Amino acid sequence: MAVRAGRALPFPARIARSEAALPLGLLAPTIIFLTLLILIPVAQAILLSFQMVPGTLGLEAYRRMIADVAFVDSLKNTLLLLVLVVPVQLVLALAMALLIHSRFPGHGAFLYIFALPLAISDLAAGIVWLSIFADTGYLNSALNGLGLTTDPINFLSYENLHLVLGTVIVAESWRATAIVLVILLAGLQLIPREYFEAADLFGASRVKRTLLIVLPMLRPSLQSALIIRTIFAFQTFAVVLALAGRQLPVLSYEAYDWYYNNRNEFIAAAFAALILLMTMTVVFFYLRVLRVKDAEIQR
Amino acid sequence: MRYLRAPAAFALALGLIASACGGGPGTTPTSPGATGAAVSSEPFVMLSTQLNTVTESEALRTQILSGFTAAKVEFRGETAGPFADRIVAESKTKGTVGVIGGLHGDFGALDLNLFEDLTPLATKLKDRGFPAEFMELGKLGTTRQIYIPWMQATYILGVNKQALQYLPSGVSVDNITYQQLTQWCKNISDQTGRKRCGLPAGPMSLLHRLIQGYMYPAYTGGLVTTYKSAEAATLWQDLKNLWQYTNPQSLQIDFMQESMLSGEVWVGFDHVARLVKAFEGKPNDFVAAPAPKGPKGLYYMSVLAGLGIPKSTPNKSGAEAFIDYMTTPAVQSKTLTTVAFFPVIGQTLPADLPAHLKIEADGVAKQAKHPDAKVALLPIGLGAKGGEFNKVQLDTFQRIVIKNEDIQKVLNEQAAILQTVMNDTKAPCWKPDPPSTGPCQVK
Repeated sequence: MAVRAGRALPFPARIARSEAALPLGLLAPTIIFLTLLILIPVAQAILLSFQMVPGTLGLEAYRRMIADVAFVDSLKNTLLLLVLVVPVQLVLALAMALLIHSRFPGHGAFLYIFALPLAISDLAAGIVWLSIFADTGYLNSALNGLGLTTDPINFLSYENLHLVLGTVIVAESWRATAIVLVILLAGLQLIPREYFEAADLFGASRVKRTLLIVLPMLRPSLQSALIIRTIFAFQTFAVVLALAGRQLPVLSYEAYDWYYNNRNEFIAAAFAALILLMTMTVVFFYLRVLRVKDAEIQR
Repeated sequence: MRYLRAPAAFALALGLIASACGGGPGTTPTSPGATGAAVSSEPFVMLSTQLNTVTESEALRTQILSGFTAAKVEFRGETAGPFADRIVAESKTKGTVGVIGGLHGDFGALDLNLFEDLTPLATKLKDRGFPAEFMELGKLGTTRQIYIPWMQATYILGVNKQALQYLPSGVSVDNITYQQLTQWCKNISDQTGRKRCGLPAGPMSLLHRLIQGYMYPAYTGGLVTTYKSAEAATLWQDLKNLWQYTNPQSLQIDFMQESMLSGEVWVGFDHVARLVKAFEGKPNDFVAAPAPKGPKGLYYMSVLAGLGIPKSTPNKSGAEAFIDYMTTPAVQSKTLTTVAFFPVIGQTLPADLPAHLKIEADGVAKQAKHPDAKVALLPIGLGAKGGEFNKVQLDTFQRIVIKNEDIQKVLNEQAAILQTVMNDTKAPCWKPDPPSTGPCQVK
């Protein structure tokens, strides 16, 4: 419908126009926020990574990044942590969410206990675990007190990196499972009761209910949880730093080290760009594999 | 290029210790604002790379800053990166940082035009008795006084008395070579079943300084020029040997004092301010000893921190009064007793020095008085590349000592990176490397 300029719109058309503007108006704060605080800095960082040689755009920062002594190890460790920690957390969080969702007496207390690590900062969590795994830490004291060991076990020794990696996995799982739990629990609570009632009517077992109703209905939540956890796994930093120091280099620490200690923002930006690229690749993969089709939701 | 002369530093340390062991009280403190002009009470921030741990910051705030009444000073401790960023950022706007506290190298990493020329203030404070070498260092090779010396420190060995019985026979803890240290650590490891020697090699440690100012000069008589020399190869082989008997947790140790207090480390090599909590916690358990020596002598690093004023300061008169206050004998003594950094003015130390500081002062004195003692300086003239310079030594350590790569191959490769850093910065050699015209060259 054409509207002539200079004349007030008829009443229904005014409503129609304001309704069209409403979504844009609601989205505007988010768009402005993301543009100012995420998109522009990301673009600047990526640009920075190509500007190492003054006055030209080139790959010098990437060349130096790949030549870095810790590059291969940090890439390997980051991927290793991702592959080892994320599945552990997903399984643990699912088990915990199902436990709480079963509404047994006292389930509320479990929620609080499980969610506790959410309130603790990364570095504090790392230091808590350091006090457990150190030579004179709680674990060694306990083992010694029980008469199981005479000399302390060096959990954090560079001589046994598998053990160090193990401690990082334990600490990371403890620290970040809670966020997955919260997302999955919210997802569980969104599943309409009718499905379970229908399943009961047909005499479905608990296992069948979980496999045929809970898991498929939980797919959108699993997708969100996986994406969030993967992004966090690429950013794993403080826990590794506290427990392993320099012996278990990860990409985000190298970015930090190049920026803060070595004072080279270009190579730091190259590391950051690499982390971004890897994160986006994995997130794209999740979105494809776990895609929730409209038809499925309506089924 | 100007050097801190060994005899001067030696004399200063001697003076410090002579008085620490029974000298009289300090001279009359000067009141804040004694620099003449009226002092503005506009509040400002003191931004510092030093004393940035929670306990140090708290001690400074409650026991030292509280005594300065001319203007309200808010202390902010920062690591070198954000420190430099904030100063540069504030130079482009109205600043909040009034005074900057940092190491010699922290100032050198910045554009020196960002700082006020403190020559008039230096003239006013000349009766404080700053060593001339320190004032020269404070000019950073220019004709302007960039910073006024604030406090100094060094690195020594902290030793649990239980370790003394395992010293190799005929060796004194006060006169020990790096090889004897290795033998000592081996004895401890063999006879107690635990590796109880510690090197600070954590991510926030000062390991690079031990390599730059102690081990390299002690073995090769230089640092940059001798980076891949045969003597350097011997150094790294000896360090590998020492590492075999070093507590493997050293790779997480940033501050030796915590591991020494817990008993995990008996013999630890670190910055005095990172050892002092051990001496304070158990003053009867520890002694302090000089750093080990090598074939070329006992080299040690004198760490100098200074106070400067950025041109963006919101309160220049207040900042000058503050620097005046911080360098009064009373506050210099207070700085030693609260945060364990030594005074930079020719003054006597308090007679009633607490036990832990006496241990520390004894160690520093023995080091300075050692017949083979020579001073090495922090890297000079590297500007923002100081971090990449440190990374060369840390990467060399990782590759040779931790990853067991071939020593000469690593030295050749890292020396090439080192040369690039030197060429990029055009920094001439500094002591103990012989003076150079043009960028310092690896030989």
